Amino acid sequence: MDTLDRQIINELQGGFPVSEHPYAEIAATLDTSEEELISRLERMLDQGLLSRFGPMYHAERLGGGLTLAAISVPEHRFDAVTEIVNAHAEVAHNYARDHKLNMWFVLATETPERISEVIDEIEAETGLEVVNMPKLEEYFIGLRFDL
Amino acid sequence: MSDKPLIDTVDRLIIKATQGGLPLVPRPYHDLAKRLGLDADDVMARVRRMLDSGIIRRIGAVPNHYRLGFSANGMSVWDVRDADIQRAGKDIGALDFVSHCYHRPRHLPDWPYNLFAMIHGRSRAEVEEKAKVVELLLGDSLGAHEILYSTRILKKTGLRLVA
Repeated sequence: MDTLDRQIINELQGGFPVSEHPYAEIAATLDTSEEELISRLERMLDQGLLSRFGPMYHAERLGGGLTLAAISVPEHRFDAVTEIVNAHAEVAHNYARDHKLNMWFVLATETPERISEVIDEIEAETGLEVVNMPKLEEYFIGLRFDL
Repeated sequence: MSDKPLIDTVDRLIIKATQGGLPLVPRPYHDLAKRLGLDADDVMARVRRMLDSGIIRRIGAVPNHYRLGFSANGMSVWDVRDADIQRAGKDIGALDFVSHCYHRPRHLPDWPYNLFAMIHGRSRAEVEEKAKVVELLLGDSLGAHEILYSTRILKKTGLRLVA
C-alpha cells in the first residue's frame, strides 16, 4: 500500500458523489486519473484491504431487524457452536472475544420479529443462552481511520 | 414514532443491486440503471433521496482494519449511570478513535455494562491508552468497565438486507 492508496481510503471514508462521473470527480481531488482510481479500488478489494465499497444501508430504516447477541460457549464446544451459529444466514458477523461471553454476533433480519425467532432457534440448537443486546440508542457509527 | 420502510419496489431493486458494492466503472449509476432497466437520472435521484433520509448512511469504502494494521479491536463496555448515558454517549461517540458507540441494555447481575464503544488500535497498548481517555471523560458517571478483544473473526459476510 502506497501513499495514493492511503489517500484514496481516507478520502472515501468521507463520502462519494452521486453524479455521472463520480470516480473522475474523486480522482481530480486526489490528483490522479479516473482509470487509476478504479483500478486501485479493484486491487484493494481483491487484496482485502477494503472489505467493501458502496452504499452503507441503515438496516432499521429499511424495516429490518438488527441486534448484537452473545453466548458463553464452553471451550470444548466452541467449533461446533460456531458452525451452528454461522449456518444462520441472518448472522452477518461473528467474532470470538476473550471474555466469559466469548462469542459475539450481529443478527440482521428482514423483519424486526425475525430477531427473536432466530435467537430461539440458536438457543434450541445449541442448548445455550443467547444474550440479546439490541441498541437502545446510537451515538456514532462510522470508521474514521486516519492512515 | 413511525419507522415504516420509506422505500418502494424500485428502491429495493437498487438496494439489492448495490448491497454488495457499487460498480467499479466510470459511470456506476448509469451502469446500474442499464442493468435494472431504469433511467439513470431516476437512479441518482433515488440514491440521493435515500442518502437524505438516512436509509443510506453514506457511500464509501470500508477498510478492513486488520489488514491495515489496526489489529487490536477492543470492544470497550462501560457501566454508566443511567442519568448520564446520553451525555456520555455523545461525548464518547465524538472521539475520533471510536468507530461505533451504542447504548445497550444491561443484563444484571452478570452484565452491568450499558455503553459500548468500539476502539481500534495498532496494539492492545494503544487501545488501552485510548480507553483511558474515555475513562477520563466519563469521570464520576462511571462504574466498572472492561475491554473485550476480538481473538478471531468467525464470520464476516456483511449485511444482506434485501433478499
